[in-house]
Amino acid sequence: MTNYFNEMYDAGKVREPYARLEGWTKDMPAELRQMKQAEAEALFRRIGITFAVYGEGGDPDRLIPFDMFPRVFTQLEWRRLERGIKQRARALNAFLLDVYGRGEIVRAGKIPAKLVYQNEAFERAVTGFTPPRGIYSHIVGIDLVRTGPDDFYVLEDNCRTPSGVSYMLENREIMMRMFPQIFRENRIEPVDGYADALRRTLASVAPAKCDREPTIAILTPGHFNSAYYEHSFLADLMGVELVEGADLFVEGGFVWMRTTEGPKKLDVIYRRIDDAFLDPLCFRPDSMLGVPGLMDVYRSGGVSICSAPGAGVADDKAVYTFVPEMVRFYLGEEPILQNVPTWQCAKADECKYVLENLGDLVVKEVHGSGGYGMLVGPKSTKEQIETFRAKITEDPDNYIAQPTLALSTTPTFVEEGIAPRHVDLRPYCLVGEKIELVPGGLTRVALTEGSLVVNSSQGGGVKDTWVLAE
Amino acid sequence: MLSRTAENLFWIARYIERAETMARLLEVGARIALMPSAGHGYRSEWESLLQASGTSEGFAAKYGDPVQRNIESYLFFDRDNPSSVISCIARARENARIVRTAMTSQVWDALNMAYQEIRQLERKPRSELELTELTEWVNRQAALVRGTMDATLLRNDGYSFLNLGFALERADNTARLIDVKYYVLLPSVDFVGSGLDNYQWQTLLRAFSATRAFHWAYGGEVTAAKIAHFLILNRQSPRSLISATNAAMEHLDELSHNYHKSGPAQMRARAMLGELAETRTEDIFEEGLHEFLTRFIREVGELTEMVHNAYLSGEAR
Repeated sequence: MTNYFNEMYDAGKVREPYARLEGWTKDMPAELRQMKQAEAEALFRRIGITFAVYGEGGDPDRLIPFDMFPRVFTQLEWRRLERGIKQRARALNAFLLDVYGRGEIVRAGKIPAKLVYQNEAFERAVTGFTPPRGIYSHIVGIDLVRTGPDDFYVLEDNCRTPSGVSYMLENREIMMRMFPQIFRENRIEPVDGYADALRRTLASVAPAKCDREPTIAILTPGHFNSAYYEHSFLADLMGVELVEGADLFVEGGFVWMRTTEGPKKLDVIYRRIDDAFLDPLCFRPDSMLGVPGLMDVYRSGGVSICSAPGAGVADDKAVYTFVPEMVRFYLGEEPILQNVPTWQCAKADECKYVLENLGDLVVKEVHGSGGYGMLVGPKSTKEQIETFRAKITEDPDNYIAQPTLALSTTPTFVEEGIAPRHVDLRPYCLVGEKIELVPGGLTRVALTEGSLVVNSSQGGGVKDTWVLAE
Repeated sequence: MLSRTAENLFWIARYIERAETMARLLEVGARIALMPSAGHGYRSEWESLLQASGTSEGFAAKYGDPVQRNIESYLFFDRDNPSSVISCIARARENARIVRTAMTSQVWDALNMAYQEIRQLERKPRSELELTELTEWVNRQAALVRGTMDATLLRNDGYSFLNLGFALERADNTARLIDVKYYVLLPSVDFVGSGLDNYQWQTLLRAFSATRAFHWAYGGEVTAAKIAHFLILNRQSPRSLISATNAAMEHLDELSHNYHKSGPAQMRARAMLGELAETRTEDIFEEGLHEFLTRFIREVGELTEMVHNAYLSGEAR
């Protein structure tokens, strides 16, 4: 049996960050716990923070299960993580600036040209254009897993539009409302500076042609999108408009919002739609979500788009393998966070190894997300493995494989009481004039016993994530 | 503000007002159906009610004969009926979800709770639900929504668009409610002034929760002329056509004040109010109640169109 690192109990002893939580749970009778759980659910429902799963039908107002048992880091643990995350965010942005410019890293032979320039996420339309401050990915979500006290691995990078930050903020809000006592007993770093930091970040990359306090808006695909709540939540916290494509139009080299008082100029767009939908004149002609002519305005410095179109090439699962190399190449530093060893099925010898060891590996689609199109070898049936074998053989370029990591566990409230469940972590790093990281992030937890899949679309839940102050 | 946001706010108010009207209509229908109806049978009354609510065709296609239980279901719980109470509340809530950032959490709570509660009611067996309870529930929810808006919202342009929605929808709905009277009576003009006639007029008052208010305002015998005056021309009556038109004009003026710009909508509202102010009850009966109401409903529609073009379409320059 694999030995999983338990973040609360180490060899029967309570680890330091959880010291004050042991008493809290011991004193809590089962009825109170159930009552609090029901209260939390009612609160989530009332604020309307729900999650719609694409194509699954059923209740469109489904809640992501919230686990009340917090996940805790000490200040020391966090500082190391923070340095690693910021380092990675810097390297990823340096990479993007490079590949849309001179492509030094390719010339130096550190990464295959094909992987970059023939990547689906590489946007030819923005080559040679440098966005304000040379920043492409303004919000970098880095998914981390832990396997030991000091062992953190980066599972994947999200350079486009990482979601989930509203849960980080709401989870904290609800915990503070329900258990003020434990917040008095523990000194926990606040996370509610996030929205301000995000607004500062967006304002700091206003386009060259903007000569006043920039007008910022969040561009959403609309209220049917599963993350719509988050879009409106962030717009509200930042005090900016939440717009859809149809609310915008292009005229005279600028982007304008349709308002009740006539057109209003827009300077910075925090877009929550994919590149392909941004501008039907430049990308998908059938896109109803975008704004015709937007890319022309962008390239002439009339509007900033965050994250910049084309940023996706840095978080591709095949490019991921090269991020440690990027850290060395651009920053001249050793990477603080490790990558998970990854086999590229695109390479014949590695593909062979993958096919021979499917039962022990996790296989992912290169462009997949949300836990879809994924095989967890040790947890799969023979048929499932064989199905994947056929898929990989047919289109090896589309798959990568990683060892099944021994994800750490944290105590989680379950039917029978408290039990260890596997978790991951997504912190949100902001890159603008400054690089900032609020102390916390989104902890996702696999609620099913033994499960290693934490995605909310696959029955995962969320937890409040604490960083203890010194 | 974004034109789309203004439009969403405008429609939240319209849907809430409409849900309330549907509930009031149902109450009128149920009361009238309790009366001996001088030979027409209960069917014609319910049918006239469907006519007045503009849902007659949809109902006939789905259920055929107007049976009270079916009508109740159709006007209250049927999601296929775009004007049913549940459709209105669901849409008001959906519009609110879209513009969450433009309202306070109290207003959202009120709208969201109404929706969550009606989904609970929907699951109960119909035999456990009294019609009066349902209509009272709707009135209460509408009052909660209005109350939170009144108590918590910023008095900005968004507030004007909400109130414009309430006012225009109310003007239209009150006219339609009064028109039920016309449809019910249509088969025989002989009933005018009869005991039945008066009973129906009083039922109308009841539906507006305005019996006591009416007595305060007029006293003495209840007559058709007094009631028509109360529901159409009395500025003290909160649901009267003149009050609703006045509210629309005030909020349009507020907008032109905020935006330093006035347009055809403001002019039209002023003209409508001017005409109502000079109308006497006798003029209405001379023109014909139904004709008068039909004309009024059309004019409200035109005014709404002007509001749309000026503010909500996004074409403003």
